[in-house]
Amino acid sequence: MSSNDTTETAADVAAAASGPLTTDGLVQLLTPEGRRVSHPAYDHLVAHLDADALRAMYRDMVIVRRFDTEATALQRQGELALFAQALGQEGAQIGSGHALLPQDHVFPSYREHGVAHTRGVDLADVLRLFRGIDHGGWDPVAHGFHLYTLVIGSHTLHATGYAMGVQRDGAVGTGDPTRDTAVVAYFGDGATSQGDVSEALVFAAVNEAPVVFFCQNNQWAISEPTTNQSTVPLADRAPGFGIPSVRVDGNDVLASYAVTQEALQRARSGGGPTFIEAFTYRMGAHTTSDDPSRYRSAEQEDYWRRRDPIDRLRAYLESLGELPTSFLDQLDAEADDLGERIRTTVRAMGRPSPASMFEHVYATPHSVVDAERAWFEGYESSFLDGKHGDGRHGEGAHHAAGQQTRDGSHR
Amino acid sequence: MSTTTAAAPAAVESRPEPTGVQRLTFAKAITLGLRRALADDPRVLLMGEDIGKLGGVFRVTDGLQAEFGAQRVVDTPLAESGIVGTAIGLAMRGYRSVCEIQFDGFIFPAYDQITTQLAKMHYRSHGRLTLPVVIRVPYGGGIGAVEHHSESPEVLFAHTAGLRVVTPSSPAQAYAMIQEAVRSPDPVLFFEPKGRYWEKGEVDLDAPAANGLDGARVVRPGTDITVVAYGPTVQTALKAADTAASEGTSIEVVDLRTLSPLDTATVAESVRKTGRCVVVHEAPVLYGTGAEVAARVSEECFFHLEAPVLRVGGFHTPYPVAKIEHDYLPSLDRVLDAVDRSLAF
Repeated sequence: MSSNDTTETAADVAAAASGPLTTDGLVQLLTPEGRRVSHPAYDHLVAHLDADALRAMYRDMVIVRRFDTEATALQRQGELALFAQALGQEGAQIGSGHALLPQDHVFPSYREHGVAHTRGVDLADVLRLFRGIDHGGWDPVAHGFHLYTLVIGSHTLHATGYAMGVQRDGAVGTGDPTRDTAVVAYFGDGATSQGDVSEALVFAAVNEAPVVFFCQNNQWAISEPTTNQSTVPLADRAPGFGIPSVRVDGNDVLASYAVTQEALQRARSGGGPTFIEAFTYRMGAHTTSDDPSRYRSAEQEDYWRRRDPIDRLRAYLESLGELPTSFLDQLDAEADDLGERIRTTVRAMGRPSPASMFEHVYATPHSVVDAERAWFEGYESSFLDGKHGDGRHGEGAHHAAGQQTRDGSHR
Repeated sequence: MSTTTAAAPAAVESRPEPTGVQRLTFAKAITLGLRRALADDPRVLLMGEDIGKLGGVFRVTDGLQAEFGAQRVVDTPLAESGIVGTAIGLAMRGYRSVCEIQFDGFIFPAYDQITTQLAKMHYRSHGRLTLPVVIRVPYGGGIGAVEHHSESPEVLFAHTAGLRVVTPSSPAQAYAMIQEAVRSPDPVLFFEPKGRYWEKGEVDLDAPAANGLDGARVVRPGTDITVVAYGPTVQTALKAADTAASEGTSIEVVDLRTLSPLDTATVAESVRKTGRCVVVHEAPVLYGTGAEVAARVSEECFFHLEAPVLRVGGFHTPYPVAKIEHDYLPSLDRVLDAVDRSLAF
């Protein structure tokens, strides 16, 4: 990154030179122009990736970006309450996701749609949370992909504890590639300021837990730049906890794959935790409720648009002659199908029954919840047309044996 | 998921199984309850600060690390959020952690993990995830301690859906309830009245722990007035009942045992009989358990009440310094004063 592209103040210049925004020490295997560059420590980790494997990464990045576009449009149409785009971070997410094995377990934050896709989560299900019909949306056990965590950094401790359980199960260091297991926690630059993340690094280090801390430094925690979180590169913190760390160009899908592969192998073999800082950029707003034009420049966004992770892999594949028109046409059709399916599926997602709010509060009966549910159901059924609360009740109900809503307008 | 524990060393010291009816301190009853839970289920872990070689600052885990090994009785880093947060992750992997919070006032670094994560995971996963985590909290005052070592924060957790909040009042209850808490698929906040740790009672070590974590108990029948208490104040209420009996007043004492769920039925049944109710706890009365009990009693027993429900508890001050803590705590005299005021109404 050249400082005159993105920075205005002396502090910004310093941050870009040696602070948390420096590009020093980033592992890179593909330049922004899509040229393959050698890295002696990481070349061997990508040597087995043939053109099919690279095209699979390309396909996933394109699919996830299409999902991003569709979801943003659905929010603008009022079909979603909110959406958080992964735009610009596809390289970090798809690269790392492709390094995972089925037995591994992921603890995401709330922007990891790309990783969700690599874990087989139906992207439409990701939108259940954003539509306001679910606090989760998928089976975290079946996918080895935990539910999104909205309290920043809390899940890094869950990942560490899960990894301590993996150790107790004897599922590290056996040499059996179908048994040895790693855990990955995804979080952002803002999360590194949370105490829970520091505690997770402490617990992981002293237990040598098989966990990978995958920090996507997308440079913005809503409106606050990474320079508000740190004066040094985020990866520099980990060695103080006794955890090896690496900085990677997060818009380079190949390098993201390589550093994650290295960290996962270390974890699965009993070598303990690793901290990865994937240096990337949040191209979109924090969420659809945010307005980045209030706090960052169009010039900065343009700079990062020229470093797009999809364009980069596309240029590389084209230079190899490995991106035939037939593949691109098929991928276009696939993306269109996904868009259509997302639109149709989301619009068909109904409102949960009001009484469902009482389900699964506890795993075993709880007399207070049971009593409140019984009262609520009696109250609901006291309305004559039996429709109170299902969104269709209007002003026309009769008041005879039961009662009539007096606030028909808000349901 | 594997159920082996290849990484865990075997027990390093085997001991004879304690058995029969024994006279034990409250603390020792919990120790033996934990011991039994560890012996019954290899996926039960204890986690906390100084719980290993030291046996905990109150010695509640005394000898358990020597018997079950450092992988199952874990001396953790000094970080309460970390203890609870990693226990959540361990639970997702099938382990049942019992976390010791060293003192009541130190639970707050873990408050976020407990209320935003532990309490809600079963709900937000539609029941796919259960988190059988027990959090043991020595609570309450009366031991002459320094700041943050004598508090009663139980209501903060009872106010959070998804948590069970229980507190035993005798060694026998403690022995059974800690085992039931460990077996519960729901997260349990297990509040231990530390001022009673060294009081003794008979415990049947062979009795099955099957009383349930969801009911109050009438621990002394009476006819004139109901005194509702829990944890450390149950003994205070029983002493008040003794004193009142010598003065011709019959107090019925109800031990709530569980604050979530709150067993209103047992309390209401008692108040419909006596017509009067006093609630006693160490926690501040403002927005406290007494307020909840009073509201529910007034809803359910309105026409049986001879007097307003009265509350005896902590004031709306920080927990005071040790030299005056007994003026803050609900004493025998303050309970009897409330009983007299109710009877005179």
